[in-house]
Amino acid sequence: MPRKTAGPMKSNTFKIKKGLDIKLMGEADKVVAESNHSSVFAIKPTDFVGVIPKMMVKAGEEVKAGQALFYSKTDERVKFSSPVSGEIAEIVRGEKRKILEVRIIPDASNSFANFNADTNSVDGIKKALLESGCWPFIRQRPYGVIANPDHTPKSIHVSCFDSNPLGPDVNFVMRGQEEAFKKGIEILKKMTSGAVHLNMSAEPGAEKSFESAEGVQNNYFSGPHPASNIGVQINKIEPINKGDIIWYCYPQEVVTIGKLFSSGQVDMTRIVALTGSRVKNPKYFKTTVGAQIKALTDANIEEGDNRVISGNVLTGQNTGTDGFLGFYDSQITVLPEGNQHKFFLTDGWLSPGLSKKRFSMSKAYPSWLFPNKKYDLDTNINGEERAFVVTGQMEKVFPFDIYPMHLIKSIMYNDIDEMEKLGIYEVDAEDFALCEVVCTSKINIQEIVRNGLENLRAEMA
Amino acid sequence: MKFLENLVLKKIRPNFEAGAKLEKLYPMYDALETFMFTPNHTTVNGSHIRDGIDLKRTMMMVILALVPCLLFGIWNVGDLHYNAIDETVDFWDKVIYGSWKVLPIVLVSYAAGLGVEFIFCIIKKHAIQEGFLVSGMLIPLCMPPDISLWMVALATIFAVLIGKEVFGGTGMNILNIALTARAFIFFAYPKDISGFVWLSGEKEQFVDGYSGASAMGELANTVGQGLNNPEMTQYTKLFQDGQMYDLYHSFMGFIPGSIGETSVVACLIGAAILLFTGIGSWRIMLSFFFGGLAMAGIFNAFAANEFMALEPFHQLALGGFAFGGIFMATDPVTAAQTNTGKIIYGFLCGFFGIMIRVFNPAYPEGIMLAILFMNVMAPTIDHYVVQSNVKRRMKRLKVKTA
Repeated sequence: MPRKTAGPMKSNTFKIKKGLDIKLMGEADKVVAESNHSSVFAIKPTDFVGVIPKMMVKAGEEVKAGQALFYSKTDERVKFSSPVSGEIAEIVRGEKRKILEVRIIPDASNSFANFNADTNSVDGIKKALLESGCWPFIRQRPYGVIANPDHTPKSIHVSCFDSNPLGPDVNFVMRGQEEAFKKGIEILKKMTSGAVHLNMSAEPGAEKSFESAEGVQNNYFSGPHPASNIGVQINKIEPINKGDIIWYCYPQEVVTIGKLFSSGQVDMTRIVALTGSRVKNPKYFKTTVGAQIKALTDANIEEGDNRVISGNVLTGQNTGTDGFLGFYDSQITVLPEGNQHKFFLTDGWLSPGLSKKRFSMSKAYPSWLFPNKKYDLDTNINGEERAFVVTGQMEKVFPFDIYPMHLIKSIMYNDIDEMEKLGIYEVDAEDFALCEVVCTSKINIQEIVRNGLENLRAEMA
Repeated sequence: MKFLENLVLKKIRPNFEAGAKLEKLYPMYDALETFMFTPNHTTVNGSHIRDGIDLKRTMMMVILALVPCLLFGIWNVGDLHYNAIDETVDFWDKVIYGSWKVLPIVLVSYAAGLGVEFIFCIIKKHAIQEGFLVSGMLIPLCMPPDISLWMVALATIFAVLIGKEVFGGTGMNILNIALTARAFIFFAYPKDISGFVWLSGEKEQFVDGYSGASAMGELANTVGQGLNNPEMTQYTKLFQDGQMYDLYHSFMGFIPGSIGETSVVACLIGAAILLFTGIGSWRIMLSFFFGGLAMAGIFNAFAANEFMALEPFHQLALGGFAFGGIFMATDPVTAAQTNTGKIIYGFLCGFFGIMIRVFNPAYPEGIMLAILFMNVMAPTIDHYVVQSNVKRRMKRLKVKTA
């Protein structure tokens, strides 16, 4: 791609060479439908890495949209608020009384809590974000956790496209939100001593909805997934060293922040892509954070055993249709479950591999013959878990100057010093998603990396 | 397939489940089940979809790549045997003789190796892993055709037990399993794997020109005898055009040697499969070749005896060079794991392989020892490669804090 210039600052194009685009069936049509009215909403504390919730409301209480539901035990300034107005229906607890969901039944009043959206001082901005429950939209690297309000980050990054399988067209989703986005970026700019980076796709036209933002650093990325991962983008622009703190945020979240400061109210509406091979009519829906998935998928998914995911196939959560749209998610994916035995000659390990059910990066299957084929993959592991045997696979889909297998092993034997040296501060679990997909030994790498980051964070705290 | 699925999963499985009579043999049942049916396991954490490839498919591709070597080896054993006893027989007689020699070795290797694996799986209660599928084929292919079957069994048991299981099984070993087996015989029964064992049949029946020695063995005689020594022509003439070990014969593989290693052509077909599927590392193969070529070139330029003076390409076409570089050095578990490390590792394997072959003719199969040596060195190579990455990161940090 040629270098582009937009705005007064110099812009850069980065070409991601290592990676993999997995082409799946069920891409969303570019139409936005109103979703059915969700009869219940939920905020899931489990969406927030490392947060232990302390409840501020009880079942039966009335809340307004934007009113705090709980706060973080480690930092009570960080509050999490209700996306809608209504009544607290239930606080769902799991093992050891861990809070899993705070469910809210919406009412018709649609009343909003009002916040003093003072944009004059950084402290005022932070206070408004914290009080309104919008602060958790701002996350930080390293660790991929909610940002610490006491920090001043080196820079703030916004990834303005989504290269994940079936990922929504962010430029399309953001159409009509230019003003709120601009406002949100203005707010972010006040909180960093460095630049606010808009990391956009180098595809022509993909930056249209983001052109309103001023005084930002525009960066363009081309190449396969994980080009849209914030970790990859930061790594190419300004790799994180020990001690660096970089914040990041996604465009629809920037819009929510922008709206908070123009109206004083919390508007958590989202445009969500409903995708996947089991969706009859994949398209975009307008809904709100925490909506029940059922409200979107209703009558629009095929009968049968489905995996319903809030998020994309690489990093999303298996929620089922009774589950709720995750706090950070703007996509729902429905795949067939793969819980059948596969006979080795027809569908298994000795099969010709021509079906839409079998995709491989390796040329041991004929996927390479059909680069544009779209696959109907299921959730089968396609093998059994083994020790690491094959080497050199992960390097093909991991665009960091990091040795992935060595880093993973250092996490497995929990050597903090080694992890630091091998570059753990530069990555999050999602950056290893493709490594996990292509791993011949079927090791749950994202879980290992997540645990490693949590151990490291506990050690450093 | 429903019929088979019902038979295996509903009828046979209950006999092996916890509490049933054959509970202890569950790993054996599990091996059968997972051979016939990919398990119905679905993703729980992380990515919801997974690549179609698994270890079984990977190992199968390597076995496929070994088939040309196996088939050629079978024919070649028969062909050389009948040539040596000066009998003219047709193609199928040669294949029958070769099969009669080779297939029992293959069977014994698999039986012994899988036997040890099964016992370990039962003791440690884990699933049988695919590692030995390839080792079990590599072991026969690096043996001489007349090797005693009990030696094959013993070597295989030793290699699987000491080479692999004590380290924790597939993926955990330090040394290549097949080469460990070969090295075991080499050091335990040196007489049976060197000298005149490379031709199958009774030595008394061999006609002139067929000693049963390998090309390496013949050349080893010239070491220490200087260049252009007229007494050495009895050996060097074998390597001239039209003779037994000329470049054409060596490349095609019509020469005595280990069962699967003689034909460079068959090895290259295997290499093509491994490289195309991406299962064998091109970095290792390519740098292995250049490593060998470099050492052979140096020897050729500064030759002190006829072995050293051999044309570099001829040198590489002999012995286990191609087979070792394509199938043994590329074993991902025992090779270097970083891409840069693989290049260094492969180069040194080839380089030392030729060096040991020529300088230490007591072990004329230098490739085996070189690869085993480099297996041990591979983690060190990786360590330095990874350290350079670590240093880059530290440097970045220093620039930042400065």
